Amino acid sequence: MIPKQFEYFAPKTVGQAISLLKKYKEDAKVLAGGQSLIPMMKLRLAAPKYVIDLNNIKGLSYIKEAGGVIRIGALTRHAEIEHSPLIREKLPIMAEAAEWIADQQVRNLGTIGGAISHCDPAGDWAPNLLALDAELVIQGARRRVVKAVKFFKGPFETDLKPTEILTEIRIPLPRGGRVGQAYMKFERKAGDFATVGVAANLLLNDNNEIVKAGIGITAVAPAPFRASEAEKILVGKQPTAELVEQAAQAAADMAQPWSDLRGSAEYKKEMTRVFTRRAVKRALERAGVTL
Amino acid sequence: MVKKKAKKKAARRAVRKPEAEFPKKHRIEVEVNGVKYTHEVEPRLLLVHYIRDVLGLTGTHIGCDTTNCGACTVLMDGEDGRWKAIKSCTMFAVQANGRRILTIEGLAKGDELHPLQKAFWEHHGLQCGYCTPGMIMSALGYLMINPNPSEMDVRKGISGNLCRCTGYQNIVKAILAAAEEIRSSGRPIL
Repeated sequence: MIPKQFEYFAPKTVGQAISLLKKYKEDAKVLAGGQSLIPMMKLRLAAPKYVIDLNNIKGLSYIKEAGGVIRIGALTRHAEIEHSPLIREKLPIMAEAAEWIADQQVRNLGTIGGAISHCDPAGDWAPNLLALDAELVIQGARRRVVKAVKFFKGPFETDLKPTEILTEIRIPLPRGGRVGQAYMKFERKAGDFATVGVAANLLLNDNNEIVKAGIGITAVAPAPFRASEAEKILVGKQPTAELVEQAAQAAADMAQPWSDLRGSAEYKKEMTRVFTRRAVKRALERAGVTL
Repeated sequence: MVKKKAKKKAARRAVRKPEAEFPKKHRIEVEVNGVKYTHEVEPRLLLVHYIRDVLGLTGTHIGCDTTNCGACTVLMDGEDGRWKAIKSCTMFAVQANGRRILTIEGLAKGDELHPLQKAFWEHHGLQCGYCTPGMIMSALGYLMINPNPSEMDVRKGISGNLCRCTGYQNIVKAILAAAEEIRSSGRPIL
């Protein structure tokens, strides 16, 4: 399969890339890892006239820690997050999530910034960034920082304007108390997009009460979302099997899945309940609580 | 009659015009299996087509053409200088400018097969052979990350490659045997 003809640009700086975006607007597409864009171009689902390749811009690929925040450059490959010693030590849920993305080859090219900007409704990063209270740094005419909950708007639709580029992902490291995090994904076959995926991020105090809960869910709504109703049920309580079950039901009630080859809407709703329960349970186990 | 001809001419021009002004070809320099190449390529040329049709290295196969099957897997040096397995059907040739690439043709040293090639032979890790170059390059990329894999690790490592003959059992056996051979030989994987 051969994509439609296009003009190729390889800017050396973010500024140059943004100038090109300003010039060509909707006729242009930004190429990061290309693992979604290129298949779409080959299938002619996308036929941009201008492709702006970010891969020659230095300084967009890094994983750093500063002031209790992990900062990941938008051009960082999934595999780099998967194998990063810093991530494995400080934020292992991100390595766990990376392992679920497609396969080795795709993870070697695909980037976190590209995946998030593409905003596939079944992507694996979004539920994790939602659960972890991530912030996204966006560069356009000026720089702005937006919370993950405000970023994912709909299928393939984000808060990004056509003349903006996502440059950094910031994830606050959990502080104090006991932390438990887990990402559970239900997939039909190895490397597939999620039928449903649930990320849970819990913080417990010394009285064994849940003081903070973040639950991000993918693939069962037009855009990945935070299961705020489930979080409300958990916060301020001591975890019990019944409480977790209630939260899982609340998460399933918020899901708006559609029927497709991965299952009927009804089935996906049920799997949302099951996988929310499992993700919360595993997060609790990691925080030292066995139900 | 005249009108018809003029119409035809206009139609031909309409078809030709976009090609004439766009897109611009790009000059790329790549090193494939240790040999340096320079070519002018159209931006939409996929890396796998460049490898097969321009360089004539047809050991790299095209299977699904949709980033699923892994038949087109090659190694490319990453930003960190390490070899990484990638799907060459999901990258433009123009993006490979300045990079080093290794295809199945670059694995053997003269008549001496790479341990992975030898193991696929000895353990009957292929039936029709179509997926084999991709399987071997994928296994190579994976063993560079994890030189001492369990059976499950190997299965995860090659999860981006499909064998339509479903000959996975022997493929996994071959990769495990090659890993053992490479470790015990003490020689570098490449």
